[in-house]
Amino acid sequence: MRAFDAGWGGAVWKTIGAQVRNVSARYSSIDWNGQRMMGLNNIELISDRPLEVNLREMNEVKKRYPDHAVIASLMVESNRDAWHTIVQQAEDAGADGLELNFGCPHGMSERGMGSAVGQVPEYAEMITAWVKERARTPVIVKLTPNVSDIRIVASAAKRGGADALSTINTINSITGIDLDTLTPRPNVGGKSTHGGYCGPAVRPIALSMVQQVMSHPESALPMSGIGGVANWQDAVEFILLGSGSVQVCTAVMHYGYRIIEDMIDGLTHWMRDKEFASIEAFRGRSLEKVTEWKHLDLNYKVVANIDPSKCIGCDLCYTACWDGAHQCIHVDRESGPTKVHLKPLEVEAESRRLITQTPIPKLDLAEPASQGPYATPLSRIPRVDEIECVGCNLCALVCPVADCITMVEVDTGLAPQSWNEICLDDNKTKSEAFLSG
Amino acid sequence: MAAHIPFEENPEIARLFPDLHPPFTKQAAVIEANRCLNCFNAPCTIACPTHIDVPRFIKKIVSGNLRGSALGILEANVLASSCARVCPVEVLCEGSCVMHQHQQEPIAIGRLQRYAMDYFDASGGKLPMKTSQLHSGRIACIGAGPASLAAAAELKQQGFQVTIFDKKKLPGGLNSYGVAEYKLSVADSLREIRRIAELGVEFHFGVELGEAEIEKLESEFDVIFLGVGLGAMHTLALPGGDHPSVVDALEFIENYKLGVMASVSGSVVVIGAGNTAIDAANAAKRLGAGEVRILYRRTQDHISAFTFEYEHAKQEGISFHWLTQPVEIHVRSGKLEAVECIRMQIDAEGAISPVSGSNFKIPCDLVIPAIGQSPLFVFLSKFRGVNLVDGRVAIERATGQTANPKYFAGGDCVNGGREVVDAVADGKRAGIAIAELLGSVQVG
Repeated sequence: MRAFDAGWGGAVWKTIGAQVRNVSARYSSIDWNGQRMMGLNNIELISDRPLEVNLREMNEVKKRYPDHAVIASLMVESNRDAWHTIVQQAEDAGADGLELNFGCPHGMSERGMGSAVGQVPEYAEMITAWVKERARTPVIVKLTPNVSDIRIVASAAKRGGADALSTINTINSITGIDLDTLTPRPNVGGKSTHGGYCGPAVRPIALSMVQQVMSHPESALPMSGIGGVANWQDAVEFILLGSGSVQVCTAVMHYGYRIIEDMIDGLTHWMRDKEFASIEAFRGRSLEKVTEWKHLDLNYKVVANIDPSKCIGCDLCYTACWDGAHQCIHVDRESGPTKVHLKPLEVEAESRRLITQTPIPKLDLAEPASQGPYATPLSRIPRVDEIECVGCNLCALVCPVADCITMVEVDTGLAPQSWNEICLDDNKTKSEAFLSG
Repeated sequence: MAAHIPFEENPEIARLFPDLHPPFTKQAAVIEANRCLNCFNAPCTIACPTHIDVPRFIKKIVSGNLRGSALGILEANVLASSCARVCPVEVLCEGSCVMHQHQQEPIAIGRLQRYAMDYFDASGGKLPMKTSQLHSGRIACIGAGPASLAAAAELKQQGFQVTIFDKKKLPGGLNSYGVAEYKLSVADSLREIRRIAELGVEFHFGVELGEAEIEKLESEFDVIFLGVGLGAMHTLALPGGDHPSVVDALEFIENYKLGVMASVSGSVVVIGAGNTAIDAANAAKRLGAGEVRILYRRTQDHISAFTFEYEHAKQEGISFHWLTQPVEIHVRSGKLEAVECIRMQIDAEGAISPVSGSNFKIPCDLVIPAIGQSPLFVFLSKFRGVNLVDGRVAIERATGQTANPKYFAGGDCVNGGREVVDAVADGKRAGIAIAELLGSVQVG
């Protein structure tokens, strides 16, 4: 109810079913570069409160907030009667829709529920069908990412009659191990277990899976996007790949319900700027821009361009290009291009040999030598060999300065051609040769 | 004999001179270390005279490998604990940080280095040997300041026999005796030197070297390293300049650091505007002086103190009086009463001249001249074959070797008075060169 007061449009209730007992601790996280909770792992099961209490409260919420959507997330044993009963109970309590939790990857799966269902297309289809026999409200199937191809289970759910899908549930994970006790986190009395991973770290995986499901006619259904959504931009990305709604959990756990304010505000401003009148106006717009690799244009070329006036001289692009890419960035603006370039270790060894001393104004009368035309000394501003550059992007990605390294399109003078077209041409040539031979 | 260096800290001094830059907490260190971009061929490393691999040690703080971080630092600079505290990082590593171009504060390299070194100290870290092989080569280091300590540590780590001689009671040279206590305490300086003593470097204190002693050293040792620093401070050649309440800055600093003098009363005049003048002025203020004035015959544009030192002094409550030249110290009934000064003027060429009739008196109780140290002309001339240029020992820059191949030199006696880190760099270069020399040729 506090969420609704803060501005959230709907809520998916913590999964209900037969009451369980939980353990402590339940969460662990991945911190990255001083930032907390880039990824969150949980080993919590479904609601550990009595079913009746959950249903009573759900009923109460719907009475007080009739205009907000309340979706009941359900998980019971794989038994037709059990599912019929819980569907009935949830709908009687006033649920506007049902989300079938076929995704929980820990604990519940050991009991034949959660991802144990979501990983077997036949079970997913069967249980969805059972639910649909009884349900009067829309049925959403929540998919587990812990499968080889998410489209297979998504298609099964669709065959079972699902009205919608929500993608993704958490990913199997062990977030880390305490190097003193050698026990993975979270520590439950000296032991741990794998959990489900979520938060900003999983968003790219979730986006890819949403795209896969939505681009596949046998699996595409109304979609609720889930996975690391923390702000309006994240939400827009899920919508651009076809989601009609998004669900947020980790970000709220981290920062509270108040994050909805900017999610609404930022989304509204962006939509106004882009002149989208509704969500539907841009929903799925990026799907057509995702294709298979074989259809990409092999003759499109970009090369890196370093803006020397923005370069701060960290030379991270240089070391990344040498050790992780194509050795086409050099620090030779001062020396001029040479035939044989120094390798990174040689460059460093050379500077270590320099004799430097503390500049003392009184003792060092000479003015420091000019550094060149830019704020950063010319000797530290790398140069891209555009002939050798393959346009991989790595330098632009490691550069800490916004817009310092840009990828510039170069005209190859060649018509667009994909690998697929080459293969087709090749086959055509072969078959022509066959026919004429 | 020197692994135990007796020194008792004066608690009053410790109270008056807390750390200027308090140490990082663990989380703050990691957050700061994470800011470091990990530059390739990092400008901070290039700018450091000892070429500490800064990004390497900073990223080891991030990974929680503090011992590795400290050992990496010590590999380049054996006096890393004191350098972390006393280095003018603003004009060295931090001054060259690319963050300046990135419109951000530079990485707090000095404080991060201190964080790694403090951990090393707290965990009882020891300097590693670089070889298990022992060499017969014997090296004497004259002076127990940073240059000698760095040379000695390098040579001892490479298996040579090293003995350090110093005329003072404590090792460290200006590191122990001459650095503002809020930057580096005597106790911290000595703790770091203990690590070198634990390697097995021998120390002899209270040693005055005359020609006979030098001759003996020459016969007993294969190589002699001169890390003797500079001589006494220039005295105030003015009427009244020999009054007991005229105390030169280095003596003043040494006295309070050793706890010999723990308070100052009345007002103080410091003459000169270098870094030592500022250290002395700040100390006088903290020790209880009322008004502390710094007199300088030129203007702010000409001071030899670093800008950050000047700003710090103003924060400590020191007042600066430009174009002011002392001409006489006035004494009444044996007590110092005032400094008589004359106004100076600067012409377009920058030449200064007194303004006649502009004399005025500044009442004060203590005068601290801080007008530079003189070279040890006489002492250095006792070492045969060692050339002096402008009072500085002439060396081959890359090796520290003097005109007499048996002698090497480094630190203030070579560079005219720079920073600890410069002396350490000199000492280490010389140490490496001496090891190479003794490793191949026996010097007679």
